[in-house]
Amino acid sequence: MIEFSNYDIIRNLIFAAQWTVLLSLVAFIGGTLVALVLTALRLTRNSILQKLVAVYIELFQGTPLLMQMFLCFFGVSLLGYEISAWSAAILALTLFTSAFLVEIWRGCIDTLPKGQWEASRCLGMSFLQILRYIILPQALRVAIAPTVGFSVQVVKGTALASVIGFVELTKAGTMLNNATFEPFKVFAMVAVIYFLLCYPLSLSSKILEKKFNVSR
Amino acid sequence: MLYFGDLLPYSDVFFGGLMTTVELTVLTTLLGVALGTLCAVLRQYGGASPRRIVASYVELIRNTPFIVQLFFIFFGLPSIGVMLTPWQASVIALTINLGAYSTEIIRAGLGSIPKGQVEAAKVLGMTFRQTLTRVIFVPAFEKIYPALTSQCIIVMLGSAVISQISVEELTYAANLVQSRNFRAFESYLVTALLYLGLAMIMRYVFKLIGKRLFSFRESS
Repeated sequence: MIEFSNYDIIRNLIFAAQWTVLLSLVAFIGGTLVALVLTALRLTRNSILQKLVAVYIELFQGTPLLMQMFLCFFGVSLLGYEISAWSAAILALTLFTSAFLVEIWRGCIDTLPKGQWEASRCLGMSFLQILRYIILPQALRVAIAPTVGFSVQVVKGTALASVIGFVELTKAGTMLNNATFEPFKVFAMVAVIYFLLCYPLSLSSKILEKKFNVSR
Repeated sequence: MLYFGDLLPYSDVFFGGLMTTVELTVLTTLLGVALGTLCAVLRQYGGASPRRIVASYVELIRNTPFIVQLFFIFFGLPSIGVMLTPWQASVIALTINLGAYSTEIIRAGLGSIPKGQVEAAKVLGMTFRQTLTRVIFVPAFEKIYPALTSQCIIVMLGSAVISQISVEELTYAANLVQSRNFRAFESYLVTALLYLGLAMIMRYVFKLIGKRLFSFRESS
């Protein structure tokens, strides 16, 4: 049997944490892109599209992320494509992230007085012009803090990819636990690494919130 | 392609899992909100060191994944002599998790009470406990009730993870069924819909409870 020193455990965990970071980044970027499209769909005053987006949000906010992972993992292979745990995790996390971001951004856009839309329309601005010159500059300022705050949820969400067999930080933790029989130490270290990843994000979200609140 | 017929013989397995999830949710909602209330009061009105302890607890829980907290409690604590059954471990993990999030939410509610009201209560000779229960809590909870109940629903959805330590809740039932009949997608789809239904029912029930709890204010 191989002996694991503390150094070995930490080294392996940090190595696995790179996958957590990568997964989080890809999921966050993917989620942002999908959410942008969905937000645009919501803003067009088409009631069918709006309802579809609402159903989408309800679906992904009303079911556990773990279920979404399983469904992506088994659903795609049901269609006849082999899918890796990595792709399934990306897919599930992207859908999950986008559903929450759309909701967050909707709140931000809704904080802007309706009169601004009407006034811009009266001034003869087109939809895109209104977005670009009136709505987005203001909404972005409001949105940035909660969006950064939500990225913490994405990082934590990647931990569930361990359940479908993707070797990231949590999975590495369970594997090391099986090899070393030192669960207290291993999971404490895993938790510390997650904390080190997430806390700066939480903190910057708080700072951003203060910054933008003061100037408003 | 999709075939749900194979799931029918297992309907009682799903039902049993669902009931366990409901049971866990009710229990941890009560415990978690109680813990959160206590921590929020300590954080808002306590001395320097209780404040710091609560703040660290909240940050620690909010910045680590639930599954790691669960594994730490279930696998980690026995090595320092705390033996827990899977059920106990999950109740503790869910309570601690909800406790941390609800602390933040409830604290926001406490913070929204005008200072003058607290001072006025003190001047009227009310004790701290009386001030809390008669002056602060009702308007504070009314304000944060929607946020608090959404958090309870999020924790219910998060409880899917405890299937990983073999608590026989809804996700465990899905895993069990799909390992018997190899209808993985169908099992998980049905389970996801059950969760969705549960979340919607919870939202509805919370709304009803909220109306009852805070109705006397609406009429005034």
